[in-house]
Amino acid sequence: MSTLTWTAVCAFDDLLPERGACALVDGRQIAVFRDFDGAVYAIGNLDPFSGANVLSRGIVGTRMGEPTVASPMHKEVFSLVTGICFDDPEVVVPTYPVQVRDGRVEIAA
Amino acid sequence: MTNRRNEDVVMPATASGRAKGQGMSRVVVVGYGPTAHRFIETMRSRGFAGSLTVIGEEPRPAYDRVALTTYLTEDASLEYAVPSGITTRLSTRVTEIDRQAREVVTLDGERVPYDTLVLATGSAPFVPPVPGRGRAFVYRTIDDLEAIREASLGSTHGVVVGGGLLGLEAADALRGLGLKTGIVEIAPWLMPRQVDEGGGSVLKGHIESLGLEVHAGVMLQSIEADTVLLADGRAIPAEVVVFSAGIRPRDELARAADLEVGERGGIAVDAGMRTSDPSIYAIGECALAGGVVYGLVGPCNTMAEVAADRILGGSSTFGGSDLSTKLKLLGVEVAQFGAMEGALDVTYMDPVAGVYKRLFVSDDASTLLGGICVGDASPYTSLKGFVGKPLPASPSDLLFTGGGLSLDLPDDAQVCSCNNICAGTVREAIAEQGLTDVPSIKKCTRAGTTCGSCVPMLKQLLEKSGVEVSKALCEHFDYSRAELFDIVRVRGISTFSELVSTVGTGRGCDICKPAVASILASLNGEHVLTGELAALQDTNDHFLANIQKNGTYSVVPRIPGGEITPDKLIVIGEVARDFGLYTKITGGQRIDLFGARVEQLPQIWARLVEAGFESGHAYGKALRTVKSCVGSTWCRYGVQDSVGLAIALEQRYRGLRSPHKLKSAVSGCARECAEARSKDFGIIATEHGWNLYVAGNGGFKPRHADLLVSDVPTDELIRIIDRFLMFYIRTADRLQRTSTWLESLDGGLDYLRQVVVEDSLGLASELEAQMERHVAGYFDEWRAVLDDPDKLRRFTSFVNAPGVPDPSITFETERQQIKPVLIPLEVVRS
Ligand code: SRM
Ligand SMILES: Cc1cc2nc3c(=O)[nH]c(=O)nc-3n(C[C@H](O)[C@H](O)[C@H](O)COP(=O)(O)OP(=O)(O)OC[C@H]3O[C@@H](n4cnc5c(N)ncnc54)[C@H](O)[C@@H]3O)c2cc1C
Ligand code: SF4
Ligand code: FES
Repeated sequence: MSTLTWTAVCAFDDLLPERGACALVDGRQIAVFRDFDGAVYAIGNLDPFSGANVLSRGIVGTRMGEPTVASPMHKEVFSLVTGICFDDPEVVVPTYPVQVRDGRVEIAA
Repeated sequence: MTNRRNEDVVMPATASGRAKGQGMSRVVVVGYGPTAHRFIETMRSRGFAGSLTVIGEEPRPAYDRVALTTYLTEDASLEYAVPSGITTRLSTRVTEIDRQAREVVTLDGERVPYDTLVLATGSAPFVPPVPGRGRAFVYRTIDDLEAIREASLGSTHGVVVGGGLLGLEAADALRGLGLKTGIVEIAPWLMPRQVDEGGGSVLKGHIESLGLEVHAGVMLQSIEADTVLLADGRAIPAEVVVFSAGIRPRDELARAADLEVGERGGIAVDAGMRTSDPSIYAIGECALAGGVVYGLVGPCNTMAEVAADRILGGSSTFGGSDLSTKLKLLGVEVAQFGAMEGALDVTYMDPVAGVYKRLFVSDDASTLLGGICVGDASPYTSLKGFVGKPLPASPSDLLFTGGGLSLDLPDDAQVCSCNNICAGTVREAIAEQGLTDVPSIKKCTRAGTTCGSCVPMLKQLLEKSGVEVSKALCEHFDYSRAELFDIVRVRGISTFSELVSTVGTGRGCDICKPAVASILASLNGEHVLTGELAALQDTNDHFLANIQKNGTYSVVPRIPGGEITPDKLIVIGEVARDFGLYTKITGGQRIDLFGARVEQLPQIWARLVEAGFESGHAYGKALRTVKSCVGSTWCRYGVQDSVGLAIALEQRYRGLRSPHKLKSAVSGCARECAEARSKDFGIIATEHGWNLYVAGNGGFKPRHADLLVSDVPTDELIRIIDRFLMFYIRTADRLQRTSTWLESLDGGLDYLRQVVVEDSLGLASELEAQMERHVAGYFDEWRAVLDDPDKLRRFTSFVNAPGVPDPSITFETERQQIKPVLIPLEVVRS
């Protein structure tokens, strides 16, 4: 059983509901999102369609109930749960374990 | 007859025609109205090669009489193109038909021989024999309108006698000419031929609310110098009196030539449009076909086509026609289709909203017989094609859901009655020619080209064919942007959460969130980053800058009218140099600074704001630039201060959020150096004021703007622009520029002019007040961000490392400036 290494990146309150932020963890860019109900998700910040590190700046929403973010560059939509792109299921961005402890958001990456 | 070598030219039945002793080489048409036009056009397009002469008493070729009223409001020419190879004699009245000699005789005594004669003499307004009738006008020809216009100068009051379809149109015209107008109708309610009593009372409410006086159920007694007297003793002031009390077929030539005419007028014809003399045909409003005289262009056109076909040897017949009507008079929709009675009927009436709808059905409630609509003609659009067919749903459902119900019209249902085109024909054209919009349907099928009332049906057919997607914004809202706008406005909703939990599902997406953000911004004027609003914004609005392909942003300070002092230019230069930004002059007369990282944006803007710059909203669906030319201050041709006006307009509308971006320009004279006619609203100076053009577009599908008003003074200009913009903001779809919005507006430019210039919906003061609130509430978004530490906090590349620049953003140099280095996509995806 492998243990996860958690890195605290910000306070839960630093995240706006339905908006993302980017954390730099070991040189890796990770987009962290807080949804309307307070759930937190982490995916890679790199937009595989444009090659720019921008996914944290996309609009958060839902697709058939599943939480999503739309790339701000050309609007491809990704699942925050699985990282799979709805517009092209071949394309997947990495997802990372995330937890909120003592009001801090922690990512395992 | 001329011999043609071209074998493609079809001349059907030349031989058989001759065989029947019916030489067809010389065809003479008497009367040159719309029906005659359709006739000669059909003859020519079907390859008739004989001589074709048209004799008309009006001083001009046939014109679109249906659109007659627009002659007063627009300069547009109504005349149809004259097909080639036709001999036309204008200002020539035929006074006699000499059937023996086969000649017609003109007023000058000239004799014109024919082999086949076609009477298309139309009809004349009926003028009841009341004392003083000589002082009155009629409403039928361009000359009539000229005379009415002249008489209106210096007059204050008008009366129209007759409250039918044409009477109301004439009343609207008088009102448009600035007269206080009354309508006298002998029947107990208006439009007795199209609506019943209930509809009439609702219609009256509409008409009166527009300031017209309705005197129904009363007879006209006499016409005095400045008044008309009614039978009940009332006197109504009127210097201008117009009769619109019905029409009478012009059958006098036929009568005098002993052709058979109807008891109550009209030249009797058989199903092939032939009169009692086999070499004479009668078509259009002068003809009595199957015992009916038709007063609508649709059947008249069909008659013209039947006669042409017969003369060319065909065998088509005219089997009567649908008299359904739908029109929008004085902003009120009125429609009638099918029968006006039935065993059963269902009525929906809302006197407050001014809506009346009634459907007639068969006694077993299974077959639709007809309907009447006032105030909302949507049942006409969706149901007309079902007349005589099984009802597609229960009658009350049909009435209540109105146009919301989208029904599959049967293929043989007539869609365009003016041109007799069925749903199947339109569907075929859409499928086979791959048509994607209404203009191309018009071009291909002719549907929608006459009165235009079937255009909504054409749209429906397009949508049904899968060309256009449903108007639902996205999976979260079943409404269009315009509908959401009204919901937000009427219910006073101030957050997305409230809206999506009451009328939507889920938590939104990149389509509905920015659209709702824009609606909330237009209505409430809060800062786009306030509270929950921040989460709705696209990245551009969220960082108040335009995202670029490498994730950096560009900065565009406002430079109203393109006018800038050297000092301010120097500040821009210094900021660009100090932050190492790529610098370019834009097509919108301002300067764009590219390559800023998010954490640099507040620093850059702090410098710009300090120097007096503010946000240029290049990132928003909002007012962009008001371009200007140098204008009368410097230019030797300029007639007005275009720069001054452009700056005033840019400052008035800056920050205004809208369905799509808004662009404007002001030119100082007709040379148009500012390219105003390619803008959403463009202004061109005249000697006397300004001309306002609207709904222009560059971009993907260029469109020249249309003239909305001319020669207006500045204050009036601004008032009309206020109304125009707010009306657009209220009713347009998401990402619909003014150009496509105008093209999708039912009634087009005329309707727009009625709403924003003539205030037909009574909305003007509300729209102006809304704009005043915007102007009064304006603040610079960037200054507000700099003053608010909470908002400033978001401008970091990394939430856990504020101030650290994004290491993945790098540049190289090109022509002494920066250029982004992109990560190759192969690398990204692997
Ligand atoms: C900077 C500029 C080009 C330039 O270097 O000159 C420009 C740049 C962009 N244009 Fe433009 N347009 C610029 C003038 C124009 C013009 C000419 C004009 O305004 O006089 C047009 C045609 C006129 C028109 O709009 O009708 C124009 C038609 C478009 C269109 C097509 C719009 C359409 O209705 O078809 C788009 C796409 C859109 O908005 O959806 C667009 C979109 C864009 C965007 C916003 C694309 C994007 O999303 O990244 C570009 C980003 C600008 C930035 O990052 O700052 N741009 N664009 C010009 C900025 C003018 C300004 O000062 O605001
Ligand atoms: C204001 C207005 C609005 C209308 N709106 C609609 C509408 O929305 N929908 C609709 O379907 N219909 C509408 N109509 C009716 C439509 O215009 C007529 O159905 C159509 O014009 C009939 O065409 P026509 O050629 O048969 O007759 P006309 O248009 O009357 O043309 C006959 C022509 O023959 C000429 N003429 C007559 N006798 C002689 C002679 N002896 N010698 C030489 N020339 C002669 C006349 O001067 C006239 O120019 C409207 C009419 C008016 C006036
Ligand atoms: S539009 Fe007219 S006034 Fe303006 S610069 Fe051109 S010529 Fe001069
Ligand atoms: S119904 Fe008049 S144009 Fe189609």
